[in-house]
Amino acid sequence: MATARRPQDVPKIDETNRVIARGETYASIDDVVSQPVEETPFKTPRWWFVGITIAGLGLVMYLVSVIKLLTTGIGAFGNNQPTAWGFFIINFVWWIGIGHAGTLISAALLLFRQPWRTSINRAAEAMTIFAVVCAGLYPILHIGRQWVFYWLFPYPNTFGLWPQFRSPLDWDVFAISTYASVSILFWYIGLIPDFATLRDRARHSFMRWFYGILCLGWNGSTKAWQRYMRAYLILAACSFPLVLSVHSTIAMDFATSQVPGWNNTIMPPYFVAGAVFAGFAMVLILIIPLRKSFGLEKIVTMRHLDNSAKLMLATGMVVVYGYFVEVFMAWYSGVEFERYMIFNRMFGEQDAWAFWALIFCNGIAIQPLWSKRVRQNTTWLFIISIIVSIGMWLERYVIVVVTLKRDFLPSSWGGFNPTFWDFSLYFGSIGLFFTLWFLFVRLLPSVASSEMKELVYHDSHHGSDYFEAARAEEFKEKGLPV
Amino acid sequence: MSAVTAYTTTANVAPEDLYGVVAEFTTVEGIMAAAEKAKKAGYKRMESYTPFAVEGLDEAVGHEPTRLGWVVFWMGITGFATGFFMQWYSNVVFYPLNIGGKPLNSWPNWIVITFECTILFSAFTAGLFMLGRNGFPRPYHSIFNTPGFERASRDRFFLCIEARDEKFDLDETKDFMETLDPVRVSEVER
Repeated sequence: MATARRPQDVPKIDETNRVIARGETYASIDDVVSQPVEETPFKTPRWWFVGITIAGLGLVMYLVSVIKLLTTGIGAFGNNQPTAWGFFIINFVWWIGIGHAGTLISAALLLFRQPWRTSINRAAEAMTIFAVVCAGLYPILHIGRQWVFYWLFPYPNTFGLWPQFRSPLDWDVFAISTYASVSILFWYIGLIPDFATLRDRARHSFMRWFYGILCLGWNGSTKAWQRYMRAYLILAACSFPLVLSVHSTIAMDFATSQVPGWNNTIMPPYFVAGAVFAGFAMVLILIIPLRKSFGLEKIVTMRHLDNSAKLMLATGMVVVYGYFVEVFMAWYSGVEFERYMIFNRMFGEQDAWAFWALIFCNGIAIQPLWSKRVRQNTTWLFIISIIVSIGMWLERYVIVVVTLKRDFLPSSWGGFNPTFWDFSLYFGSIGLFFTLWFLFVRLLPSVASSEMKELVYHDSHHGSDYFEAARAEEFKEKGLPV
Repeated sequence: MSAVTAYTTTANVAPEDLYGVVAEFTTVEGIMAAAEKAKKAGYKRMESYTPFAVEGLDEAVGHEPTRLGWVVFWMGITGFATGFFMQWYSNVVFYPLNIGGKPLNSWPNWIVITFECTILFSAFTAGLFMLGRNGFPRPYHSIFNTPGFERASRDRFFLCIEARDEKFDLDETKDFMETLDPVRVSEVER
């Protein structure tokens, strides 16, 4: 085996705007991807311990909040009439939206033959699964009697009852459980050849055994690859409509109700765009530190960040269009409740701050991304991505809380006062997400190395040098990495 | 790469314990050419092992196209039917509920769950059929006895002509393999 490289020993890597840096080989990809996973526990970098400790404390806070919820009941939290949905559904929609970018990268971009998806798809899919875990727990926690959540599923029971299939809330159960299980399957199938690589590289018998079990005995035979590639393509084709359907279904929870501001046909596409928008922000938040700390700059290049930022900008502008349509439709509908809803969102004395903050975060803060220089600057990308994540949370706050507080009859208007537990469960779920994330980057290869090898082969054989040269020329003039 | 001289590793086993003869290559072009030549020479029972999916190698080695797509298609139809039938049966036959005088067979309400069941059945069929037909999980395989095979998941490409091939003759096949310009030819124990 080649000598392992440690991130701290690697000299400063020249940034590149190619999909993959020049001169990468099959073996060099393996080394750089597998090195962080193969390191003995004592050589784990210090930032990893710091990170997982902070995330782990968040997880503890999450568990304490869940225990509080189970022992005291939903009354310990802020949701009440008329705002029965509260933080639980805000966070649920926020998390599931974040997950969508991962599936979009791994499935949609595979079907569209975008080679730049290859080095970030594994990490993005992991993000999807962890986000869906965080999301899926919220509705379960939100129902009053969490211990009978399985009543939502059609299972043979002595009551002789079925779930109400006409309810969008039951559509959610099917949509999210399908999304979660298909995402995990897709991710695991993608990991199998990389587990085989780790098994073959293992210097320790435990590692050989551990990854040997996980790879199920993969030997790379051509017949296996043939079936594998077909299955992978079909899984991508199955996952792509899931991206569109899952958040549409969640949007229908809102859209099929009669609450002003919810009963809109714009909701499903607007939710999907918002989901991908928030998801790409989270991808950037995770990828920018990951590539630096693991020295992956040659395979997760500036091109990946640039393209993700472009997609974030594009979907962000769709969301901004959605805001305009909401305002227009409220006026054009002629319904006084709809008109009041928008007036209250924009100028209501209690929550106007949230609306204008989200306009700033989702509409204005992304405008610098039109500039190539901003898209090539990791610091700015990271800051903008965090602003976008906050903005998307505020958007769900406005949709859920601000709308429910003021519906039809003024006599049924009310307030919403989140308690300590609302916040602890929210920040705790971020802790849960990052605990899983830190375990992932340490135990599993965070780049799909077998797919990267295919990319190395294609890049060295069919790379379109004409366009690459033209682009390199342009970037050089601007003083950006080629 | 012809710069590296090929050398042969012998297994020294009884002929019935021989799994096959394996040649090792360093490039995609090398194994593609070798597979084409071996097919032309009349070998049928052969398999190649590569670190990533090489386009066209399945044809070169002589594999039939996979039927996976058709299996998934029919299972997708099954999923569709299952999802729809479940909702139709429970809402129309088993427990009819009159909600605001709306029709019992209110199929537009069932689109989402029907769709999700279609996807669920198709995706799991694709994944599990692929694993099952490939014989996974399978911890032991004779090909793992090949010297240097741990690089099959890294940067080397292997072509194996199996002993059960009708045309297989240890010395002849080995000599033939040597002409394919490999970096190594090995006899592999079962």
